[in-house]
Amino acid sequence: MQHPKTDWVKYIVVFFITVMLFGTATFFSNYFSNKKLEELKSIQDNVAIDILASETQFSLLEESSCQDISKETILSEELASLSDKISYSEKNLSSKSDEVIRLKQYYSLLEIKDFLLMNRLSERCNRPSIFILHFYDNEDCEPCVRQWYVLGELRAKYPQLRVYSFDYNLDLSTIRTLIKIYKIPEEMPSLILNGKLHKGFQDIESIELALPALAKILEPEEGFEPTTSTLQKWRSTN
Amino acid sequence: MEFVSSGIFYILMFLSVYVQVFFLLTFLENRKRITIRQGKVRLAQYPAVTILVPCWNEEKTIYKTACSLLNLHYPKDKLHIFLINDGSTDGTWNTIRRFRKHPNIKVFNKKNGGKYTALNLGLENLETPFVGCLDADSYADPEALVRIMSYFEKDSEIMAVASAAVIYNPQTLIQSAQQIEYHISAFTKKMLGTLNALHVTPGTLPVYKREVFDRLGGFKKAYNSEDGEIALRMHANKMKIDYCHEAVVHTLGPDTLRGLFRQRVRWMYGFLRNLMDYRFLLLKRQFGHLAFFTLPAALISIVTVVYVFGRMAVKIANFIAQKIGYYQTVGFSLSDSAPRFDLFYMNTKITFFLLVIFSSMLLMTIIFGRNLVDKKSKFYTRHIFTYVVLYGALAPFWLLKSIYNLFRGRQAIWR
Repeated sequence: MQHPKTDWVKYIVVFFITVMLFGTATFFSNYFSNKKLEELKSIQDNVAIDILASETQFSLLEESSCQDISKETILSEELASLSDKISYSEKNLSSKSDEVIRLKQYYSLLEIKDFLLMNRLSERCNRPSIFILHFYDNEDCEPCVRQWYVLGELRAKYPQLRVYSFDYNLDLSTIRTLIKIYKIPEEMPSLILNGKLHKGFQDIESIELALPALAKILEPEEGFEPTTSTLQKWRSTN
Repeated sequence: MEFVSSGIFYILMFLSVYVQVFFLLTFLENRKRITIRQGKVRLAQYPAVTILVPCWNEEKTIYKTACSLLNLHYPKDKLHIFLINDGSTDGTWNTIRRFRKHPNIKVFNKKNGGKYTALNLGLENLETPFVGCLDADSYADPEALVRIMSYFEKDSEIMAVASAAVIYNPQTLIQSAQQIEYHISAFTKKMLGTLNALHVTPGTLPVYKREVFDRLGGFKKAYNSEDGEIALRMHANKMKIDYCHEAVVHTLGPDTLRGLFRQRVRWMYGFLRNLMDYRFLLLKRQFGHLAFFTLPAALISIVTVVYVFGRMAVKIANFIAQKIGYYQTVGFSLSDSAPRFDLFYMNTKITFFLLVIFSSMLLMTIIFGRNLVDKKSKFYTRHIFTYVVLYGALAPFWLLKSIYNLFRGRQAIWR
């Protein structure tokens, strides 16, 4: 008995079906990746509007009392979540790397605008300025990874803390200007805490020490009824 | 490096999906021919059949196995059963001896020499034109033999017919996972049977024409995988093998991880060694789909499982290193362990969608396989989950162990 003739057409048909299935997978992957980018753009637009609104509000009320200026002018949480999402996209949407980099540039600009606005606000209204400028290297920088952990932890601990992170190698003239102003060295990571440059990895304790205003965040305000968890948190850190 | 690694991964994924598509397309081509007959099957003629039952330390199951053969719906004067004790050290021989006066049963007692020697003793005493083999831990469905024989009646070119094995009364999670595996296996074997590309005639009641052994000689040790070797030898000699999905044989699956692991190492090692011996079958046009599909697909599956496992192991190691780095840096923190419920973080890589496609096809295979051979069995989604988790975690290890044994030339032990 002879084996039946090999059905080559079938092998070719199966090949094309498999190619089609791969095409389908690629299509869905692209579709959902684009959706993510759209979501990022939409968040960025919202943040841009928020910043613009705050600037306008600030200008309008320049002559008025600081109490009239909303404390929640810009949603720092939104900025933080945007930062997480851009960072995730950089790692996971490699096929869209150009678009992600453009979004990252835009995000960095928004960060700088927010940073400038907060600076003006704290100067004029004598509000504590609790922010960190963070410069990192995105490639093969183990201390930078650890620094991210520390900053993430601080952000969770002090929700009002603003962390402005900048990719040292991002091609953006504004970042280059910041690097010049603060004399940021090539050694990464670098932090600006209270206007001072801190080179290399900084742990939680050294950052808390450099930013005494952080402790005040956990202190209960006048007329403010603290929750048990807030008190526990405050006691544990004091 | 990552580029090369990803490239290999996508090629293997492509080939794995290709294999699944090939099976499903074969099913679509043959779906009208693949029928499931209800009720009793009648033959124009009932050729005499001898069924060989090699036994080695099977005191717990041999009685039931013998009874299942005596209950076969086949004319009693055409059915001969050889119970062959292969030097058991337990009470197997005492149980076998109880059948010695039964008119359909002959009992043999020999020194231990391995399963193939027991089968060959049976072949030496063979007087019928057909011979079947049944492992002593398996129970044939009463209709199994007559359905198998109907294949020989339908197509005179068929030289052997394999039957459909299902797990007998799965009790443990390990056996339930095997049940799913056997359903997949039933589907793939049926498809390979339609293509005359079946690479094994498992010991769960395959029936051969006597001519096979007259021409090719008896069973060989074949690294304790005589059922794989005989199938490849038959293909090498252009003999047709079919698969009867309607002939159901219930087999006891290992109920411990250790038992399952050892069984699979033996099977895989035997397959690889036999494949090395019969490598001349690979990619040779005269051996049809066996040469271009079955054997390459089996190799692709092995390489894919091992490679994906290696890739995952690296990722898991990186993840653990990252977590250790995190805890070393900031200590234990609830903010790290809190899950992020945001659709944004849903995986949208191509790999994810390929996995969805592959899993859907696998699910179809399980459902089709179950419908073919074991429709009455309980169908639990959690068994599929158990199968995926258990085999996903264990299969790479038994494959690696088999490959290790292969390079070390270390024989797999029977039990």
